[in-house]
Amino acid sequence: MNALALLKRLGLTRTVLAAFLLGLWVLSATASSLDMTILISDCLVRTGMNGILVLALVPAVRAGVGLNFGLPLGMVCGLIGMVTVMDLAGRTMPLELGQAYGMGLQFGLLVSAMVLGALLGMIAGWLYSRLLEAVKGQEMMVGIYVGFGSVAGASILWLLFPAKNPELIWPLGGVGLRNTLVLDGYFQHLLDRFGSFTFGNGFFPTGVLVLWVLACAVLWLFFRTRIGAALAAAGANPRFAAASGIDVRSMRSLGVVLSTALAAIGIVVFSQSYGFVQLYKAPLLMAFPTVAALLIGGASVRNAKISHVLIGTFLFQSVLTTSLPLVNDLIAQHGGAKALANVPEIARLIISNGIILYALTRKES
Amino acid sequence: MSNPALVLRGIRKSYYGNVVLQGVDLEVRAGEIHALVGENGAGKSTLMNILFGMPVIHETGGFEGTIELGGTPVVPATPSDAMAHGVGMVHQEFMLLPGFTVAENIKLAREPSKPNVASRVLGPWGRGLESLDLKRMKQESRAALDRIGMSLDEWRPVAGLPVGHMQFVEIAREVDKENARLLVFDEPTAVLTESEAEELLATMKALAGQGIAILFITHRLDEVLAVADRITVLRDGAVAGRVDRADATVEKIAELMIGRALPERNLPPRPEGRTPGVALHLQNLVVEMPGEEVRGVDLDVQEGEILGVAGLAGQGKLGIANGVLGLFPATGTVETSGSPLPLGDTLGVLKRSVAFVSEDRRQVGLLLDESIETNIAGTAAHVQGRFLKGSGPFALLDKSAIRAHAERMIEEFDIRCQGPTQAVRRLSGGNQQKVCLARAFTLEPSLLFVSEPTRGVDVGAKDRVLQLLVQVNRERGTTIVLTSSELAELRQVSDRIAVVSEGRIQGILPPDAPDVEFGLLFAGGTAAGRGGDAVPQDSVSARLDGDAVGRRDPGEGS
Repeated sequence: MNALALLKRLGLTRTVLAAFLLGLWVLSATASSLDMTILISDCLVRTGMNGILVLALVPAVRAGVGLNFGLPLGMVCGLIGMVTVMDLAGRTMPLELGQAYGMGLQFGLLVSAMVLGALLGMIAGWLYSRLLEAVKGQEMMVGIYVGFGSVAGASILWLLFPAKNPELIWPLGGVGLRNTLVLDGYFQHLLDRFGSFTFGNGFFPTGVLVLWVLACAVLWLFFRTRIGAALAAAGANPRFAAASGIDVRSMRSLGVVLSTALAAIGIVVFSQSYGFVQLYKAPLLMAFPTVAALLIGGASVRNAKISHVLIGTFLFQSVLTTSLPLVNDLIAQHGGAKALANVPEIARLIISNGIILYALTRKES
Repeated sequence: MSNPALVLRGIRKSYYGNVVLQGVDLEVRAGEIHALVGENGAGKSTLMNILFGMPVIHETGGFEGTIELGGTPVVPATPSDAMAHGVGMVHQEFMLLPGFTVAENIKLAREPSKPNVASRVLGPWGRGLESLDLKRMKQESRAALDRIGMSLDEWRPVAGLPVGHMQFVEIAREVDKENARLLVFDEPTAVLTESEAEELLATMKALAGQGIAILFITHRLDEVLAVADRITVLRDGAVAGRVDRADATVEKIAELMIGRALPERNLPPRPEGRTPGVALHLQNLVVEMPGEEVRGVDLDVQEGEILGVAGLAGQGKLGIANGVLGLFPATGTVETSGSPLPLGDTLGVLKRSVAFVSEDRRQVGLLLDESIETNIAGTAAHVQGRFLKGSGPFALLDKSAIRAHAERMIEEFDIRCQGPTQAVRRLSGGNQQKVCLARAFTLEPSLLFVSEPTRGVDVGAKDRVLQLLVQVNRERGTTIVLTSSELAELRQVSDRIAVVSEGRIQGILPPDAPDVEFGLLFAGGTAAGRGGDAVPQDSVSARLDGDAVGRRDPGEGS
């Protein structure tokens, strides 16, 4: 009885995933040849890498439009920001092979990409919110199509993008952007390495985690302003909000705009950690693991807190980061079937889609 | 004309300890039109729910008493059970499939069918695959329509029919059932135009003539007098009286409907020296609030008074406050203290020192999952910029000021809770209502609209809520427009009571006016206008015809 109450307080999904992660770590430490410091370092990097993308979901949930499956729309805006900045940099000050821009310039490029992406994200988010207003009650389903559609639309853009920087263009033909742009020399791992320190063979990615926590804090403060409180009220009960003189429509819009702009910033952070800018179909399915992370943190379709972002991102990303090398190591040790190498990917799909289905069946948080 | 089709004896029902029916006896004879009248909450709907075996009755512990249909005792467990015993219902809202034809609707789920190849091959499992016998469907529908005197084409789709004709399709469906013994008409004329209503009443008489018992639920007393053989008046879950048509007058029925001892008015005096002006001026206010349409209200509310707004459900009394606050589309002139109020701009209205406590506490009045303090202070922070630290768009909410204010309100309003951070969902109805009032009072309004403040509130909290309203009225001089379905509480605290019917104000009475005057206004007209004088009738029908929403000329379809 008491244990049940405790479980309820901790949240079922959080408890199960935390126990699973702990099990994986124990297994890694005892039965595998993996270096635990590297493993934990990787978990932290992956957490920081995805953190802002998960955070981007919160304003939309609070504004009452549910889980923003249209996140790829914002990601595309962030990609445009990065591609534009990289092209301009390559045109004006071309890099020799193996060279890198100076630290200050790298920061400049990173921040410009974020700002440009966020601005585009605001515009796209506003248009997206107009669409959502027309399909009230089905925001999440429509969001999925918006996400898919925006990725497809962007693919055309990548083909026609008037880039001159040879590092971005297909070497053959000279037209259209490559599938994967290497960030080496631009701002690869810039935030990860900023203020970082090593422990064992791993390192602590200070910059990216600090930026994430800072962004969380800013959003947390935002919900304590008059506008933030109005936005949350509009999401919690639109009829109450209307009776309190809150413009529900513009509050819902604001939530979507913030969400889309944050997604644009989030993909820039993601790319600098990853080391590559992935174009074309890469963002297609990225909303799903993001949504899953937030839900694992304890959020629901109608309620999401900053603490859900912090807990959920860490748990979900750590489970994924740990399971892949662990399974590979165990296979190598015991000579198991190579097909088992797919297990982490299968686990990822089961966890992320399962948790989304679970969340959608629950009305209350 | 003597054997009873329906006998109810000693029907009692309570919801969660709240008694709604306390021993109702009712007898409807075959071939009789029996009218059942009463205010909202008198127990009419509960009685019908019991008769139809609605799930809500059995989920809340069933009922006491006996039901006899055609002489056999019956305990209807489900609506289909009730139908099997020959009880039919003509609903106020039509239960028809718009894309289906009239005949298909009449025969729905009871279609005559004939075997075909597939059904024969499958033998006993093939019943569901038998072909519809369209010819018989057509013939039988025709017969049913003829029986109620409708010349309507049975193959027309229902979608394009005038509202009145849809009603007749419903009746035809009930009549077509072989064992139809008792028909219940629940407020059947509410959505009809005057001439459609007359047609319907004539049909009811014709059906009664064919030996069907009819239970006619309505609040239109003129219709009752026109067709009913006997009248039973319900009040507070008990039979207040039975009248035969020969002895019935509108006045008598009205008095039975309302009649209860005047509540004690023990109000504190007003401070001297106020110069009364007009706090609120409404001119030709029309509000499109579904189910509570306001169709042209003219009203002046004096500064510092408590004006009660009474009326039956669905007549538009709730629409007035919602329209003024801009929560539903409204037209007309609204002025507070002499200057016009923007319609449809809730924020603008709230900024003009007007506050509103909604009738829909859980859906509109509260953020159920938020804390008490957020509910109390949130609106003031948004509308008036209070409880903020700093200024500009990035000013943060001042949590400690909000906490202090909420604690003061909890103390002052006697809100029973665990503390200001408790979620409002966990509070009782009465305490939730106090939170709503605290939120409105926090705005320090000069004009306060309060709708149904005691709905779903226990007796002790009821008095406290009314007392708080009187207190703020006397101490701060707040003008209050108090809308309620409970006439007794309006009479307890109001200075004047406006009665709304058919979307208009039928009259304004002092709180100590006789029951019969209130009853007559509730029924939609003045005593003088009802005594055979057709003038108010015509004005009513002219109004309804002019209102194009969902209505057509009754002659157009046939």
